[in-house]
Amino acid sequence: MSDVLLQAEGLCKHFGELQVCRNLNLEIESGELHALIGPNGAGKTTVLNLLTGLLAPDSGALFLNGRNITKTSVPERANLGLARAFQVTSLFNKFTVRENLMLAVQAQQKSGFRFWTNAAHDKKLVESADEFVEQMGLTERATVLAGSLSHGERRQLEMGMALATKPDMLLLDEPMAGLGPGGSLKLCELIEGLKGGVTILLVEHDTHAVFALADRISVLVQGEVVATDTPQLIKANSLVQEAYLGGV
Amino acid sequence: MFNRTYIINTIGLLFFLLLPPVTQMLGQEYLLSLFSRILIYGLAAASLDLILGYGGMVSLGHAVFMGVGGYSVGIFAFHSYESFPVFTWPFVLNGTETALLAWPFAVLVAAVFGLITGAICLRTKGMHFIMITLAFAQMAYYFFVSLSKYGGSDGLSLYNRSTVPGLDLGSDVSFYYLCLAILIIFLVVAKRLVRSHFGRVISACCENEQRVQVLGFESYRYKLACYTFSAAAAGLAGVLLVNQSEFISPGLMHWTKSGELMVMVLLGGMGTLVGPVLGAATLLLMEDILAMYTEHWMIILGPFLIIVVLFAKRGLYGLLVGTENGHE
Repeated sequence: MSDVLLQAEGLCKHFGELQVCRNLNLEIESGELHALIGPNGAGKTTVLNLLTGLLAPDSGALFLNGRNITKTSVPERANLGLARAFQVTSLFNKFTVRENLMLAVQAQQKSGFRFWTNAAHDKKLVESADEFVEQMGLTERATVLAGSLSHGERRQLEMGMALATKPDMLLLDEPMAGLGPGGSLKLCELIEGLKGGVTILLVEHDTHAVFALADRISVLVQGEVVATDTPQLIKANSLVQEAYLGGV
Repeated sequence: MFNRTYIINTIGLLFFLLLPPVTQMLGQEYLLSLFSRILIYGLAAASLDLILGYGGMVSLGHAVFMGVGGYSVGIFAFHSYESFPVFTWPFVLNGTETALLAWPFAVLVAAVFGLITGAICLRTKGMHFIMITLAFAQMAYYFFVSLSKYGGSDGLSLYNRSTVPGLDLGSDVSFYYLCLAILIIFLVVAKRLVRSHFGRVISACCENEQRVQVLGFESYRYKLACYTFSAAAAGLAGVLLVNQSEFISPGLMHWTKSGELMVMVLLGGMGTLVGPVLGAATLLLMEDILAMYTEHWMIILGPFLIIVVLFAKRGLYGLLVGTENGHE
């Protein structure tokens, strides 16, 4: 399985004088868990914004499954199988856990333009959503408003939302951020369980988690990928040591 | 299922159903025309609530759709009396007083106007959206002011209400019940709409549109569909209002009218659909009663509105039905 699922070719992006992304090349192979690490301000979230289409690159190209998606809109990219869990969790706080997941399932079933059926009574929709409620371990919290969840639960739901759209490519933006050791471990197990089923790009600050989980790691320094390799070789890479790991 | 919402709604419904015989008994028939107006403004306010309360689209030009719908009926009727066609190219369109023809056409015109202006307005957000809806409304306002053929700023008078076979709209009682029936149908349809799959997407857009897009919804299309539907309903309210007062002027689409609709929504309770009807009733009744005592009735209404908005998050309707954590 060495088909490239998502490929970025020479992406550049600047905000005014600040070059946040310079000639970025990234190849994510189908089925792998690819991690993107880098020091603060390296432009990790910018890369994800470019990949999801929330930002347009100044130059460069993006391919998903061999298809050029550089100019494709955000929702269309999602429909092509790209899903993202946000760093700052962005759930629908006035919806319950189940309703949040129902909305994501609706996106996947493309059943948004149904004007008459009461969504709450749509058995198929509720059942599909409940699968993800269970998978994320939120069964007891299904009817709680997303706004009243704990931080860790919000993270789980955030990931569930991305998964419920049944993506080929899952982008996870610092899922462990702000979690205690227990929560981190729980989420690690969750991600471990997804491995193989869905291709994942994991952007993470927690290096322990990354080295434990990733098949391959790319290191981002000042908007540029300086190395891509297996965890063992990345650990040994002197350039990476200097730029990032050595700094600790 | 006998919760407070259910009881309040039933009381409201019974009140409106029983009003005509009661006013007749008391010999206060003039009240019927006031309450017909309340029903009509209630319809317009509830249609605004659909985009404002559920979709988070703050429009300051909603009255324009009432005006467009109203003028369509007015112009058709005008051409019918004068017996010359509305236009002769590309086909001959004759005026008509028949409600079955004129009303659906008027609603369609309002919907198309909503679709076109909405397609432009919805490319903006927040403050820009408010200003651009206001701009479109004012454009339409000045367009009709300059349309001297149809009375310009003086407006257009109808000789009589539209005609419907088997129903005498000239009678205030039948007209009142027609307004009530239309309002109830709208509320039922709108309630289903906000609870549907479509409604979920609209509410989600209100909270975090970017997230909705990342999930894979073309949020723009959803919002535009909602905006168009709301415009059509407001157009229908305009149709009824013109028939009620047998008069239409550009004043109906002035931005202050849109402001009044917004006040009705806020007063009654945003995102409740029934609330705005209560808001319309409160505003129009207060206006009517206070105006008997002083011409500066706004001095009393203003502080009242501030108090309601400050202390009742979900408006007067929210106070009545209680806050069921704002969720169904």
